[in-house]
Amino acid sequence: MMLAPDTTVDLSLAADAAHAVNPWVALAYLVAGVLFILALRGLSSPATSRRGNRYGMAGMGIAVVTTLVTHSIASLPEIIGAIAIGGAIGFIIARRIAMTAMPQLVAAFHSLVGLAAVLVAAAAFLNPAAFDILGLDGNILVVSRLELMLGAAIGAITFSGSVIAFLKLNGNMSGAAILLPMRHWINLGTLGGILVLTAMFTHSPVGGPGENPLFWVVLALAFAIGFLLIIPIGGADMPVVVSMLNSYSGWAAAAMGFTLHNTAMIITGALVGSSGAILSYIMCRAMNRSFLSVIAGGFGAEASSTGGEAREQRPYKQGSADDAAFMLKQAESVIIIPGYGMAVAQAQHALREMGDLLKEEGVSVRYAIHPVAGRMPGHMNVLLAEANVPYDDVFELEDINSEFAQADVAFIIGANDVVNPAAKTDKGSPIYGMPVFDVDKAKTVMFIKRSMGGVGYAGVDNDVFYMDQTMMLLADAKKMVEEINKAMSA
Amino acid sequence: MDFISILSIFVMACFVGYYVVWSVTPALHTPLMAVTNAISSVIIVGALVASAEAGSPAAKWLGLAAVVLASVNIFGGFAVTERMLAMYKKKERPAAKEPRT
Repeated sequence: MMLAPDTTVDLSLAADAAHAVNPWVALAYLVAGVLFILALRGLSSPATSRRGNRYGMAGMGIAVVTTLVTHSIASLPEIIGAIAIGGAIGFIIARRIAMTAMPQLVAAFHSLVGLAAVLVAAAAFLNPAAFDILGLDGNILVVSRLELMLGAAIGAITFSGSVIAFLKLNGNMSGAAILLPMRHWINLGTLGGILVLTAMFTHSPVGGPGENPLFWVVLALAFAIGFLLIIPIGGADMPVVVSMLNSYSGWAAAAMGFTLHNTAMIITGALVGSSGAILSYIMCRAMNRSFLSVIAGGFGAEASSTGGEAREQRPYKQGSADDAAFMLKQAESVIIIPGYGMAVAQAQHALREMGDLLKEEGVSVRYAIHPVAGRMPGHMNVLLAEANVPYDDVFELEDINSEFAQADVAFIIGANDVVNPAAKTDKGSPIYGMPVFDVDKAKTVMFIKRSMGGVGYAGVDNDVFYMDQTMMLLADAKKMVEEINKAMSA
Repeated sequence: MDFISILSIFVMACFVGYYVVWSVTPALHTPLMAVTNAISSVIIVGALVASAEAGSPAAKWLGLAAVVLASVNIFGGFAVTERMLAMYKKKERPAAKEPRT
């Protein structure tokens, strides 16, 4: 798009109208930004992670206090009240929430950041003088209009998308992919509309505080596209969606940081934005799917129709808890592969007890985690940590996959697609190319599954069920593990 | 600060983010999301600015609402991260055997 001549004038005004920044204030925000970097840096190992979290808290404290002491505050009691109310709600939720509900909680928190960004942008639009973004002609500066509109739009998408993700993860809405007819055209049209109207808003001659109604139109469209984008995405693709929304919440914060010329916000926005983007990338890679195919949605809905007719009744071996207990005790090495089913059945505590009983028998017990197991990145690791499984017993896919050949038992609980050999052999399979665990190399495979009916998220049959060395344990995951524990300690 | 200086800070921070996040161990990806969530609520700075100035009552109330939302996130995000991180434990070497019945 060609820049109109008046834009260049306004760009230079941006520099003139910028705050006469007190260097100490700028320094304080910079320190806050650096502390946030250290907070993420701490997460490189569980040993340093808690110190990192403290750095994060300190950074936030510095940012808030700096803002409060450097502005003439006309409404301090209200502000303190608002922080107290919000803080109390947040604190209580954080204390009470069940670890299995963590994906929902994170989605809900993302929606709050998104909405907060929308509100801040709207406030800046209505009262630009407070943000020092008013030009000499009484209009909001052109750059600031662009930053505001982008921040508001990204915030709105984050909000509505996260609300849908929350409803799906929390079970208030079907986790299945909901497909609207013509959805790709509707989405592209809405997105195009947002871009064109943002450009019009930015370059419009009407630019005074709260004057241009285009602001609200773009905001409404952005809310709409957030809903439209997430509705067609199915439950097991949620790790990508949650990471993506995480990234958006960062970009929204960064856009507002540009408006406010605030380094703490810009650094944080960039950190969070790249963090979410990297997590989305890791999740997509772990499913061997492109980011676009996940966002286009509808996975699983189409796949079940192709896999359906080929499925026939094949013989499988069913075992009992007693059989499983006996074989587990005889084993020298057991590798446990948990999946989303373990989280649903809340089986992590029973599972850890089983691990303890086996260790007492001198069996080596390890846990193998697939990057996309569960509903968000690292979901399984948190649940196992909650159940007191030491983190040095828990291994990533690439670190443990070569060990299955030496393992006596591969114990699969609530996972399915991540152990499906079709990903390695069947080019027509929707999960072809996804890295999977080589459980077929283990001497015995135990597969806890509710029934032989369901075939995982991707809707593909799993050859592991029918292998000679596989023992199917058909029951609720938690009940089955508890029975195995009983049989072992008897 | 002019636009280009701000943009430079932003681009540099993206690179820092890229390297820092790749060094995060996959076991801590859930706490990573929780803590990034908490720190992205630094947007509270904007909310405070909006609610501090008396210029427009509408803007002030929008700002205060944003302060509430961001505070939920800040306190909730850091507290839940702290709770999760406290659960990650190393193996205690000489495993104290508890008598089981």
